[in-house]
Amino acid sequence: MTLTIAGEKKEYAEGTTVAQLIANEKISDPQSVTVSVNEEFLRLAQYDSYVVHDGDEIEFLYFMGGGC
Amino acid sequence: MALSNEQIERYSRHIILKEVGAKGQKKLLNAKVLIIGAGGLGAPAAMYLAAAGVGTIGIVDADEVDLSNLQRQIIHSTADVGKAKVKSAEETMNALNPDVTVHTYREFVDSSNIMELIEPYDFIIDGTDNFPAKFLINDACVLAKKPFSHAGIIRFQGQLMTYVPGQGPCYRCVFENPPPKDAVPTCKQAGVIGAMGGVIGSLQAMEAVKYIIGKGQLLTGYLLTYDALTMTFRKIKLPKHVPNCAVCGDHPTIFEPIDYEQAECEGLGLTD
Repeated sequence: MTLTIAGEKKEYAEGTTVAQLIANEKISDPQSVTVSVNEEFLRLAQYDSYVVHDGDEIEFLYFMGGGC
Repeated sequence: MALSNEQIERYSRHIILKEVGAKGQKKLLNAKVLIIGAGGLGAPAAMYLAAAGVGTIGIVDADEVDLSNLQRQIIHSTADVGKAKVKSAEETMNALNPDVTVHTYREFVDSSNIMELIEPYDFIIDGTDNFPAKFLINDACVLAKKPFSHAGIIRFQGQLMTYVPGQGPCYRCVFENPPPKDAVPTCKQAGVIGAMGGVIGSLQAMEAVKYIIGKGQLLTGYLLTYDALTMTFRKIKLPKHVPNCAVCGDHPTIFEPIDYEQAECEGLGLTD
C-alpha cells in the first residue's frame, strides 16, 4: 500500500502499525513526536494498535524546545 | 494621531504598501507586543518589530548576555556581555527607533506572573527555550484569549505556528504535554545554527505585523517547518479543533497556568 509520509509517497506492507512506522522512519524516541494521520492526532497509547491504510497521510510533528 | 514628516519618511516603504498604508502604520504605532525571551528568536523579532514602529514592545528575560549567545542573538553585542539581556535589548531597540516605548521585565515567567505580564499586550511572541515555558505561555494566552506566535529551533531546523483565539488549534492541541526528560535534546546539548533564529524569529515578527495590520493569512491551523540543510519549508495542516485538548477543548481541565518541572538549558534560563 502507498502512504504519504511528511509529503512523500512511500510503500508499506498492509497491516503496518504507527509504532512500526515510527521505528522504520528512524524516529529516535516515540515521545519526541506527535503523529497525525489524515489530519487527526494520535496519542502515544494508540501507536501499537493503530493500523494505517492505503492512501493515509501521515505527519510526524516534532517537539522543538529551543528558542536559544 | 497624524504621522509626523519624519515618521512618513521612516516608514515610507511600509506606507507605500497597499496592505499597510498610513492606516496600517498607525495601527503598528498603537500596537503592543510582548516578546518572552531575548534570545535567538526574540532578538530578531524584537529588532524587526522595533524597526517597524510597533509602538510598545515588552521584553521578558531574567538572564545576562553570555559570550556564547552572540553567535545568534544579534540584538546583543560583545560590549553587552554580562549585561541584563532585557537592558541590552532595550538599548538596541531605542537606538533603532525612538518611536518605540520599551518595557523591560527582568524575570522568569511562571504561573505567578504570566497572566499579569501578558494582560496589557495585543500579541505575544514565545521566544523561550524550554517546554515548561512554552506550555505556560500557550495556556496563559488561551485562558486570557490572547493571540501568540509559538516557535522552536534546534540544529538546522525550526518551526512555528500562530494561535488566535477561536481560529484554530493551540500548541497544547498539537503537543498535549511537555515531553519526558531526555526525549528531546536542548539547544545547548544539540546546537543551533545562528541564522535559524533569524529566519524563524523574523517569521514570528511577520505574523505579529500581519495580525496587527489585519492583512493576509496567519499560520493559524498550520505548523510551518523549516529544514535548512535540505532547504525545505513545509506548511503542515493541523486539525481545526481538537476536542480533547486540556485547555481549549470541549471539556477543558486546565483553568490556570501550570508550572512544569524544568529540565532545560541552564537552570530556569529562558533563552540561553
